[in-house]
Amino acid sequence: MRIEWLLALRFLREGRAQTFFMLGGVTMGVGVIVFLTSLITGLQRSIIQKTLGTQAHVVMRAPDDEARRIIRPTDSLAVSASVERRAQRLRSILQWQQVMRDLEQRPDVTAVSPLVAGSSFAVRGSASKSVALMGVEPERYTRIVPMSTFMKEGEFRITANDAAIGMDLARDLGATLGDKIRLQTADGRDETITVVGIFDVGIRDLNHRWVFITLRSAQNLLDLVGGVSSIDVTVNDLFKAETISEQLAGQTGLVAESWMKTNAQLMAGLRSQNASSFLIQFFVIISVAFGIASVLVVSVIQKSREVGILRAMGCTRRRIQHIFLLQGAMVGLVGSLLGCGLGALLVTFFARTALNPDGTPIFPVVLESRMFLVAAGVATITGILAAAAPAVRAAKLDPVVAIRNA
Amino acid sequence: MPDMTREKTILQLTDIRKQYGSDGVITQVLHGVNLSLQEGEFTALIGPSGSGKSTLLNIIGLLEQATSGSLRMQERETGTLSEEELTRLRGRSIGFVFQFHHLIPSFTALENVMMPLMLEEGRPTPAQRERAAGLLARVGLADRLDFKPAKLSGGQQQRVAIARALATNPPLILADEPTGNLDTAAADEIFKLLYEVNQESGTTFLIVTHDPRLAKRCLRVIELVDGRIVS
Repeated sequence: MRIEWLLALRFLREGRAQTFFMLGGVTMGVGVIVFLTSLITGLQRSIIQKTLGTQAHVVMRAPDDEARRIIRPTDSLAVSASVERRAQRLRSILQWQQVMRDLEQRPDVTAVSPLVAGSSFAVRGSASKSVALMGVEPERYTRIVPMSTFMKEGEFRITANDAAIGMDLARDLGATLGDKIRLQTADGRDETITVVGIFDVGIRDLNHRWVFITLRSAQNLLDLVGGVSSIDVTVNDLFKAETISEQLAGQTGLVAESWMKTNAQLMAGLRSQNASSFLIQFFVIISVAFGIASVLVVSVIQKSREVGILRAMGCTRRRIQHIFLLQGAMVGLVGSLLGCGLGALLVTFFARTALNPDGTPIFPVVLESRMFLVAAGVATITGILAAAAPAVRAAKLDPVVAIRNA
Repeated sequence: MPDMTREKTILQLTDIRKQYGSDGVITQVLHGVNLSLQEGEFTALIGPSGSGKSTLLNIIGLLEQATSGSLRMQERETGTLSEEELTRLRGRSIGFVFQFHHLIPSFTALENVMMPLMLEEGRPTPAQRERAAGLLARVGLADRLDFKPAKLSGGQQQRVAIARALATNPPLILADEPTGNLDTAAADEIFKLLYEVNQESGTTFLIVTHDPRLAKRCLRVIELVDGRIVS
């Protein structure tokens, strides 16, 4: 072991109470940070998961029809006219197969799925319900929204005239697996489908309205033969969805909307939560640093005689400085390890006590090794920085004065 | 008297002056001290308090720098050396024995003796351990290797300090009132030990003392009065 380490360790061991207080400060600080971080990460993750459980990261659709003026105003001609917005009809994305192939080439895009969406009525016997038609390719769509995990009965395997419907719609229509339902659109097209799956996505409204059919059935019903109304995209980094969607819009000339834009309010909430948690952590770190620094300053004064003796025996200023920096680093590292333990304990305790009425945790807390590594790193660096001023002070001690006055 | 012609000069002070303070009040402590110590000399430095003994010792020990004058340590001019070079030279060339032993309390006797060696080589080694144990045996503490300073008597602590001063086998050992804190019997013992070491190893000793009884037993006595050497 190098002599600096040996001396730093001995000094720490000798000043038991001081070392205890410094370690206690770091432990509690890191514990709070770990607890807070895992709580917030868990909370945010569960919110995002719930939100994105039934949404694509990015939805691409054809640009809106725009009303065009017949007479354009020029420099010499003023035109008085009110331009009304056009009613938007269902339009297909031009050359959507090609667009999909292009999107799939991108490394940041992990799944692409075509969708034909529109509205119709679902009729069975005397019951008639308004529903949202979702024409999909099941294998592709599963990679956007994991429908197979939501299935209560049957499977999300839709071919020919099959359909998967929500549990609430199934109840309203009194339909079970194998039953036939007639889908009827506003302009009189209709098709009879067979229920092969009943799902529960956890959102009642969607359980009432979603009816999954094949792309082809939807195209027929909605008069969109050969076309699709939108393309759903999954990206590799959730929080880059907005950036990627802008690039996709530029690349394809389509309208692209990310989940972040669709859920702008949620994003703002998450952001301000992150900011406040960052602020709390920052000040916790600062106060821990102050704690270490103030204890070490005292320790330098108490150790000035030893420092003087060491200097007389040929110990350089640089080495004295290292001895005190190392003490800060050791306190930071050991304290952060203890703090990680404390934080993990708190988190586990919280997860066991904060339960929904049905006994499941309110939300899953997240304990990641990355977080521990970051905490340990930050605490060690904080320890070193906090020790900087005391270390410089120790290095500056005049050996003569230090020996004489002690 | 030793034969001066055949001996090497360990330390050569020429016109060393030291003053403290600046601008307003200037206190001149040393007024041009000339002094040389030869290899193997056993010298006492005496003088009343306030005569500048401690300052002179600190300057010789490279702990303080003179305001002017030249200090040659083993024929090497020290005035131009950097702080770090002085520190290293001090570690190699000078052993200190202080009045209050000044051992490091959290280290054992053995580790305290190893300290100058560890500082020089950067880490403890078995060879250092062996040398330190040998030195402690030499000062009569073979059975106290693993004792912390607080568990040793005053005389024993001073013996450890002497062993520590010898660790790097320096050409010069400076002792500042090495017996000042001990009773007469223990003081005699320590003085005898210093003298024996001087005879065995040929290490040069400069001993600051108040005690005329001890000074008398030194081969050479330098008296400092008001910052000047008077004899």
